[in-house]
Amino acid sequence: MGKSPSLARKEPQPGLYGWLDERLGLDELLDFARAKEVPHHGQSFWYYWGGISLFLFLVQLVTGILLLVYYRPGAEAYESVRQITYDIEFGWLIRSAHSWSANLMVLAVFVHMFSVFFMKAYRKPREFGWWSGLALLGLTMVFGFSGYLLPFDELSYFATKVGLEIPQTIPGLGPVIVTLLQGGEQVSAVTIQRFFALHVVVLPLAFLALLGFHLWLVQKHGNAVPPSEELKPEEKRRSIPFFPNFFAKDMAMWLITMNVLAILASLYPWGLGAPADPIAPAPEGIHPEWYFMSQFQILKVFGRWFPGMTGEVLGILFFTAGIVLWSLIPFYDKDNTNARRARHASWFGLAALTGLILLTIWGYAEI
Amino acid sequence: MSKKKHKAAHAEEPELTRRALFRTGVGIVGACYVGPIAYPVYRYLATPAKQSAALAAIKEVSIPQEQMPALGTALRFAFGTRPAILIHMEDGSFVCFDAVCTHLGCTVEFQPEEKRIHCACHGGTYDMATGKNVAGPPPKPLNQYKVEVANGQITVTRA
Ligand code: FES
Repeated sequence: MGKSPSLARKEPQPGLYGWLDERLGLDELLDFARAKEVPHHGQSFWYYWGGISLFLFLVQLVTGILLLVYYRPGAEAYESVRQITYDIEFGWLIRSAHSWSANLMVLAVFVHMFSVFFMKAYRKPREFGWWSGLALLGLTMVFGFSGYLLPFDELSYFATKVGLEIPQTIPGLGPVIVTLLQGGEQVSAVTIQRFFALHVVVLPLAFLALLGFHLWLVQKHGNAVPPSEELKPEEKRRSIPFFPNFFAKDMAMWLITMNVLAILASLYPWGLGAPADPIAPAPEGIHPEWYFMSQFQILKVFGRWFPGMTGEVLGILFFTAGIVLWSLIPFYDKDNTNARRARHASWFGLAALTGLILLTIWGYAEI
Repeated sequence: MSKKKHKAAHAEEPELTRRALFRTGVGIVGACYVGPIAYPVYRYLATPAKQSAALAAIKEVSIPQEQMPALGTALRFAFGTRPAILIHMEDGSFVCFDAVCTHLGCTVEFQPEEKRIHCACHGGTYDMATGKNVAGPPPKPLNQYKVEVANGQITVTRA
């Protein structure tokens, strides 16, 4: 509302805004946001994916709290989700929005990660941004995995069993971890109860803390520019103010995301299968969610190449090595002085991206 | 949104007109979203209230023979969502009351030895035959239901 962002202004403004401003320093905040610059170039589009992920996370929080109003973990889990889906008015929509935004969030976080990778935004001084982001992706996936079990229908039951194969292969510790996660030898009501605790308390707390750290780093270091921009002389580079320009575009992206979510959630409502039956055989073509498909496929393929436990152990070693290399990339491609390493890193990223996509397609082709 | 302020602002500074227009636009678009989001959320949260309202609206309750209270005793049962009390009087007749105290809504109790209906919260007392408030803070008599006995089955209806 201020006509000029003059810092010297002392006169309090009239009205509610002035009253709040005097007490909360809103003008300082606005002036700060106006002075902050965001680089503007051909690849600016990719800057919005972190914000889109954040928006979807907020949708998760809100819809998750709404589901919490009726969801009952433990033995009644299936019945309560059935009630939410069929008896409670608009319950199907809230549940559908929660499931769809979860999937969109995983997708947005992946897009964000790869765009950061190819823009080389992991380089000095942004290493911790890279690592905290990877940890957030990891938490997002555990969120997805733990949430998938909660309705306790047939599909979620077997997908959880199949998914637990992955930690099961950790040499030595695997079986202990899985027994602890399941709360016994089998996936049961006890498992739902602990997945629920994980899903609604432990993970959100950890996620919010990490997210705060991540956002603080983004604010501290600002947006990284891609190498093509770095080559340009300073005066040729363009930027826009964070507020209102970038902020407005950010909000426009949120709006688009919300519309996409609304369309998906209402036109393709998330289904609920038959209740889980521990003595019934697994349905044909049981598979984990799409974001676990590549790992699942690696385990499957390695198991085929090297029969017995060797295959599984090699499989898990293979993708663990991949994840370790992936997170260590800031130590290899440190800054913009080594063109050869920069090229290698890009090829590595391309290989990882293609590998993930191909393995996922392969996995689906084999169901 | 402070519309007055906008008008004042663009009277002195015409360049602000666009901004005011933009803000109004954002406001309208925002309102278009708030409704479709708030409405389902409201209905979602209100479903149990609606269900209990439907339950509360029932008009009669039948009490099977085996639950019939012995002479001089009472039966507590739920009439829709509210507690009710059915007293089998010494003379063989039945009376039935809404068991919610007319003072502050505690559930009242039939006390056979004292031959009264009593509310423990603030010591209100009601006449067991008529439900009239006879002592303590209750301002009104208890709500009475109609009781009909036919073929050993008791039917309680709203009076
Ligand atoms: S509520 Fe019964 S006497 Fe006060």
